[in-house]
Amino acid sequence: MEAFGLLLHGFAVLLTWKTLALMMLGLVLGIFVGVLPGLGGPNGVAILLPLTFTMDPTSAIVMLSCIYWGALFGGAITSILFNIPGEAWSVATTFDGYPMAQQGRAAEALTAAFTSSFIGSLAAVLLITFLAPLISSFALKFGPPEFFAVYLLTFCSFVGLGREAKHKTVISMTLGLLLAGIGMDTVSGQLRMTFGSSELLRGINFLVAVIGLFGISEILLTMEERLALRGHAAAISLRVVLSVWKDLPKYWMTLLRSSVIGCWLGITPGGAIAASFMGYNLAKRFAKDQDSFGKGRIEGVFAPETAAHASGTSALLPMLALGIPGSGTAAILLGGLMVWGLNPGPLLFVEHKDFVWGLIASMYLGNVVGLVLVLTTVPVFASVLRVPFAAVAPMIVVSCAIGAYAIQNAMFDIWLMLGFGVVGYVFKKIGIPLAPLTLALVLGSRAEDAFRLSMIGSGGDIKVFWSNYLVGSITTLAIALLFWPLIDKGLGGVRLLWQPGKV
Amino acid sequence: MRKIIKATAALAAALTAMPALAAWEPTKPVEIVVAAGAGGASDQMARMMQAAIQKNNLMKQPMVVSLKGGASGAEALMYMKSSEGDPNKVLIAYSLIYMLPLSAKIPFNWRELTPVSVIALDQFALWDNSKGPKTVKEFIDAAKAATWPFKMGGTGSKREDHVLTVFIEQKTGAKFSYLPYKSGGEAATQLVGGHIDSNVNNPSENLEVWRAGQVRPLCVFDKERISYTAKVTDTQSWHDIPTCKEEGLDIQYLMLRAMFLPGKVTQEQQEFYVDLFRKVVQTPEYKDYMEKQALKPIFLTGKDMLQFLEDDDALNKSLMTEAGFVAK
Repeated sequence: MEAFGLLLHGFAVLLTWKTLALMMLGLVLGIFVGVLPGLGGPNGVAILLPLTFTMDPTSAIVMLSCIYWGALFGGAITSILFNIPGEAWSVATTFDGYPMAQQGRAAEALTAAFTSSFIGSLAAVLLITFLAPLISSFALKFGPPEFFAVYLLTFCSFVGLGREAKHKTVISMTLGLLLAGIGMDTVSGQLRMTFGSSELLRGINFLVAVIGLFGISEILLTMEERLALRGHAAAISLRVVLSVWKDLPKYWMTLLRSSVIGCWLGITPGGAIAASFMGYNLAKRFAKDQDSFGKGRIEGVFAPETAAHASGTSALLPMLALGIPGSGTAAILLGGLMVWGLNPGPLLFVEHKDFVWGLIASMYLGNVVGLVLVLTTVPVFASVLRVPFAAVAPMIVVSCAIGAYAIQNAMFDIWLMLGFGVVGYVFKKIGIPLAPLTLALVLGSRAEDAFRLSMIGSGGDIKVFWSNYLVGSITTLAIALLFWPLIDKGLGGVRLLWQPGKV
Repeated sequence: MRKIIKATAALAAALTAMPALAAWEPTKPVEIVVAAGAGGASDQMARMMQAAIQKNNLMKQPMVVSLKGGASGAEALMYMKSSEGDPNKVLIAYSLIYMLPLSAKIPFNWRELTPVSVIALDQFALWDNSKGPKTVKEFIDAAKAATWPFKMGGTGSKREDHVLTVFIEQKTGAKFSYLPYKSGGEAATQLVGGHIDSNVNNPSENLEVWRAGQVRPLCVFDKERISYTAKVTDTQSWHDIPTCKEEGLDIQYLMLRAMFLPGKVTQEQQEFYVDLFRKVVQTPEYKDYMEKQALKPIFLTGKDMLQFLEDDDALNKSLMTEAGFVAK
């Protein structure tokens, strides 16, 4: 039982007061950003990332992943109490969660949300624990063609499986690839698109872009909409918690189904958003009385929350093992890894055991601690929303600016962040997804290098991407995923499941 | 009352500190600027120095490592250039200071910085997979006989590794296809995985995979063997690796590791760092590191250093020109 031994080693790495304190801090910050509309997981992690640069990588990732768990938990609070999804993946939670709150069953809905979040994450962590050791033996098989095939798979699945219009995804991704080309080109050793500016020499830092695209743009949107925050008060008593838990076994099928969907969509880059909708839609489809959904049914909270968390957690596996992120937040964590000098990829499991298993152990511990924490602190966090937006917004903008500056100590990056903020605002207005741009910015230059190295190695022969079983199957899968909508249409009406039940 | 005690204490502290004030000293944390990615040879060296300075109390202010590996290290060079007059930044430089301005037309000249000291010379070796040919001759013959050019991996394009590859081609007539990776570490794992046939990594970059028996050093590109005789693997020490000249491949190349301050710092500031690094190279941490990474010891400052840099610059320029890597 290799995995088990390594996991115990991970716990040993983790169980120091410093790490535990960072974990708590991360969870509290995470719940906080999850509750605040306009912050949320990816933004919170992006803004807080520079704080961790001075820490050792293990402490840093533990804190950041706890921010992530916290944000996942926090997103549910606003969905249920205020009908404002703090996160896109919490949208499905509002369908039944908010009606429950209106009926005075807020505590029940919150308990259900937190518990199912916990179950979803746990399922995903178990999966990671047992799959991870297999991946390290895979490590050395990856040469340039294999790496490129994996990047291609990521890009293709974003286009093929994403819920947004295909052409918009492609536009966003192409723009990201273009921006990724700025700076030094490793393969030729030449500068590209710097136009003689020494500020552009280092290229566009994706964190600066992310803070602008997500954080600043969301503030702009909220300002425009004059978001009024009015919600239901809630306090959770032990009695309610126990009664929800007592009923839990009745819903085992929903929980299991959502966990499986979540894990699958987390590993393939479908992401938590798709997972939460699919979880909800499937639960509804298989229910006997479909009409009661949307009117405050507890299963309507269980299903999307379990799926969203399973997917949010399992998204870390491809990020660690292959260097491809399954979600926006994972993409930001990926950038963080590189800053700390850890090269994500199969070798991470060989060369940095402490780090990998410390992280996996922190997922277990973080989720347990997180569950307890959210159950006890709901009233506190709900009161955050009573602070006027006018007071919160400047604080968020300042923290964004500090975050952007701290990455490379460059004033230029603050202007860049503001520029990206406007771009993000426009994109959200015209419905162009931001995730493909971020993804392309993170992986673009690696994909390009891998492609060109493959071409140099093979003398320009494209067949190198089908030169062995491993690379051939990944490439083929990538192309299949690119044309997935067409293939799927051919397969029949399964596609209905991908659509949100109602928005 | 409390205030008076405090004031007296402060005064006393100031008085005892008086003699030290005569010489300049950093008043805030000192940044070691690394012109490479994390985990590379420069980064490791910077962290070793950070530890050596801290453990031996060589400086009151702490040292922080600042990674500026963007644009193949050009980021660090431009950062130093724009930090004129700031005595709290010190660059750990290598031959990139000559090569990058030539190949990528970066507006940078090392003469604009303040030289502190040359602290080491780094070796290059020719490595192949342990399943590959066992000697330089067999290796070159195999490369010539191959229907497909041998793949040579290295760090970056138009840099040390690439230049060495071109010279091996010129001396032997064998052809290689050169694959530029982002770091020497990557070139090392790719060699282990059999995705490339050879690399010309620094000893430190291939140390771990050599010890694991996955790669084989064929020769070192220096006029004499590496001096360290302690066993590194079960059977071999660094000294056991023949020079390339012994093996009939007459190519020599060493890479400097030197410290620079930004331009326009005062003489006292420069002297402080010369003195600091003079102490650093005498610490056990430094000596230990040199042996572990098979670096060649050297310590040059002042005029000697300038002379060395000018000669080294001329050499690198001619190599780059001959290889056709100078941008027009």
